[in-house]
Amino acid sequence: MMDPPQIVKTRPLLLARGVSKSFGAVKALRDVSATVYPGEVLGIVGESGSGKSTFLRCLNLEETPDEGSYTLDLPDVQGNLFDLDRYARRMLCATRIGIVYQNPHLGLLMKHSSSGNVAERLLVAGERRFHVLREKARGALDASEFPLERMDAPPIELSGGMQQRVQLAKAIALEPALLLLDEPTTGLDVSVQALVLDTLKKLQQERKITMVIVSHDLGVIRTLSDRVMVMKSGQVVEEGLADQVFQDPQHAYTQQLVHAKL
Amino acid sequence: MSLKSLTKDWEPMSYGFLDASAKCEIRRKTLKAIAVPGCQIPYASREVPMARGWGTGGLQISCTLINPRTTVKVIDQGADDSVNAASIRRFLSRVSGAPTTTDTLKADLIQSRHRIPEEKLREDQVLVLQVPNPEPLRPVQPNMSIARQMHADADYGRMWLQLYEQIVRSGRVMQGASYPSLVHGRFVMTPSPIPRWDVPKMHMAKHLTILSAGREKRLHAVPPYTRVEPLVFDDVPYQVEEHGQLTCTRSGAKGYFMNEIPQNDGTSTYEVSDSELGIKTIQKADGDTVELGDTWYQDGEMTQ
Ligand SMILES: Nc1ncnc2c1ncn2[C@@H]1O[C@H](COP(=O)(O)OP(=O)(O)OP(=O)(O)O)[C@@H](O)[C@H]1O
Ligand SMILES: [Mg+2]
Repeated sequence: MMDPPQIVKTRPLLLARGVSKSFGAVKALRDVSATVYPGEVLGIVGESGSGKSTFLRCLNLEETPDEGSYTLDLPDVQGNLFDLDRYARRMLCATRIGIVYQNPHLGLLMKHSSSGNVAERLLVAGERRFHVLREKARGALDASEFPLERMDAPPIELSGGMQQRVQLAKAIALEPALLLLDEPTTGLDVSVQALVLDTLKKLQQERKITMVIVSHDLGVIRTLSDRVMVMKSGQVVEEGLADQVFQDPQHAYTQQLVHAKL
Repeated sequence: MSLKSLTKDWEPMSYGFLDASAKCEIRRKTLKAIAVPGCQIPYASREVPMARGWGTGGLQISCTLINPRTTVKVIDQGADDSVNAASIRRFLSRVSGAPTTTDTLKADLIQSRHRIPEEKLREDQVLVLQVPNPEPLRPVQPNMSIARQMHADADYGRMWLQLYEQIVRSGRVMQGASYPSLVHGRFVMTPSPIPRWDVPKMHMAKHLTILSAGREKRLHAVPPYTRVEPLVFDDVPYQVEEHGQLTCTRSGAKGYFMNEIPQNDGTSTYEVSDSELGIKTIQKADGDTVELGDTWYQDGEMTQ
């Protein structure tokens, strides 16, 4: 006799509802909602100024929106995260959320060693053994396919691609529950871009890290995402499974995007 | 009724140069510092007849604590007879009538720049340390407001990162004086530019230490019997200066913190940095009766 089909009730890891944010007269986000299941990759595309980075900064609790709620389904993490105080935010981001910025200056101490940049995450989480810091930093850099013989070189002496790998290593050093990537490959030349994407894909497959990746490059989004969210002027205009959105875009703006790309 | 009839003419009742309200403020701030060990407390920092940076912070604390029955000792880098120590000592005595001493054991109040005496201090003694830079976070965070926030959050990751970087670059922790130390498991403080040799003396010490920065207008304190733990990795032990095996060429004292005296032939000789300990050692060798107190270090090893 066959087993009855298992009904897997997975709850979303990330649930953002009705997030709105204005900067003066600029409405950067209008009623943006997103749902991400464990192990899933959500891609966010949209033109420059559409609010992608602002939304990601909200998810990293760097920005507090004017309205909206944000929950993460993690042990010991409750309620609307936008309501957390500064200290609780810092601890949550330092230990559970990893982020890679487009601009490595935002994510790295350029004159400290690369391994030190990774080790800082571990230090904030309370690791006090030097040899463990070294091993874990090496492990994270290795997983990011960073050339280990340069692990103590400061990022300022490294190429753009390598700087992104240091950021990535830092972001994954503590096995984050959520990895946020803001244009991680923008500005890199095409061949380097492909290599960094390969690394991200490999990491995703091996570790099943839940990711939200922002890019205005459809190719990047297509390579990595399970689901796609299309943004325009601070609003979500279309959302769905990646294949679906790319093959059969519903919204005029998405159609324009997809066709421009092809 | 005139104002004059309600107030008194000047009366020589305020010992120690500072007026009563200035001392009152410093006492309140000192009490606060003692209540929150290692936390930097801002204070007004009055003018004293000495240039900022020459120990005005320490001097204001001493002026506040002193009275005609306080026996006071002043040292600069361990020496009682350096110009700065001598002039501060004379000033304190002149404005308060307090007797002075060079003997650590006989002092009630010890003001010091950059050293803690080698003889153990007691519960009835107060050590005042002059501090040039009270903010241990300054090298990692120049913005004072953010640094305060970091203290409030016990956000010391960057301090640890600095130690990590030093070991990666040089194979060891390079930080010499002012070694950042965690007080009572809560605040990281700078113990003033005392050598690493002196930092363990603060840990669970019987005496009260008050650290005061006149130019920076902040003071902090280590109350008696308080944990003071230098920031170190679990697997990279804290190391003091390697002076344990050195012998003082003048007094023969051995196993204490030394001053290095470079010689013409490129070698060095050493003199014990705690000058009074050197003098006592010489007197003892001459057969005089001197009371040599227990020392924190014995044969170059820190005792518990
Ligand atoms: N801190 C800020 N202060 C004022 N306006 C801001 C701020 N951050 C973002 N904005 C504005 O919000 C809007 C959305 O910006 P955001 O950076 O989120 O766009 P984006 O989609 O990431 O664009 P890009 O693709 O160029 O990175 C823009 O109009 C921007 O000028
Ligand atoms: Mg952006």
